[in-house]
Amino acid sequence: MRPKELWHRLGSPKWFYRISGPWRLVFLAPALLLLAVGTVWGLAFAPPDYQQGNSFRIIYVHVPAAMLAQSVYLLLGVAGALLLVWRMKLAGLVLQTMVGFGMGATALALFTGAVWGKPTWGAWWVFDGRTTSTLVLLFLYFGLHALRRAIADPTAAGRACALLAVVGLVNIPIIKYSVNWWTTLHQGATFKLMEAPAMPPEMWVPLLVNVAGAYCLLAANLVAKLRNAILREERATQWVRSLVGGNQPEAAR
Amino acid sequence: MMFEGWQDFAAMGGHGLYVWLAYSVALVLLAVNILMLRADRRRTFRLLGLPADKDDAAQTP
Repeated sequence: MRPKELWHRLGSPKWFYRISGPWRLVFLAPALLLLAVGTVWGLAFAPPDYQQGNSFRIIYVHVPAAMLAQSVYLLLGVAGALLLVWRMKLAGLVLQTMVGFGMGATALALFTGAVWGKPTWGAWWVFDGRTTSTLVLLFLYFGLHALRRAIADPTAAGRACALLAVVGLVNIPIIKYSVNWWTTLHQGATFKLMEAPAMPPEMWVPLLVNVAGAYCLLAANLVAKLRNAILREERATQWVRSLVGGNQPEAAR
Repeated sequence: MMFEGWQDFAAMGGHGLYVWLAYSVALVLLAVNILMLRADRRRTFRLLGLPADKDDAAQTP
């Protein structure tokens, strides 16, 4: 397939529905398996931190949640741009369906950060670069959720959300580099592209397992929610009608 | 295993409250996510006039 052809097909919900059929069962089981393995490993078999003791084990929830929080927003921002520039239908559906998942991940990252902060920093909450920019991220998710419901016309609501998602992208590098730009209590990145982690493998391998599980969960959510949204959105079209077969009166409504 | 027995594991060297609070909230959110995925599929099937118990078979083109 030529790149240009692929590009056009990517925007087609029907095409995505067809090719994603086999994917819908591929991600959820590995997600749960990886998360179970990484969690038991991290909780019971990773060595305690020499300074933080066992409270450091919160990292196995906190880091995957924070990575999802930012990755989902990145996904929404890119989808927003694709919707605004090329009116890509599929991108609009991503923007419509993945806000809740990102909101949950961000809330979990903030919550686990608070319960890690209490025994480690002596406070549930501090206003430093990383925590404040992540709180802003949560408010961006709230904003996307509210904006969708505030505008009655679905097309207008979609475009407004796309604009907010794109503008909010500016927050992502701020979250990423906040620990380098400002003096902070928050530790630096655990995984870096060009350097080995500062912790021993006994500590970071289970974390990597949970991170992989978290991304599988994201993929499972994306595929399942997109497929459902496509069926709802296109339920009056010929291809969905022939897919559900026979049950015309309901499907045609 | 880094702990001596279940009590030691639950105590987490005095940090039990924080560690278990973080993990239990994560587990609840994971369960909610799975339930919401199921609800989303059921809602879609209802809208299309498909029986909910028909499961994914009906989604296969």
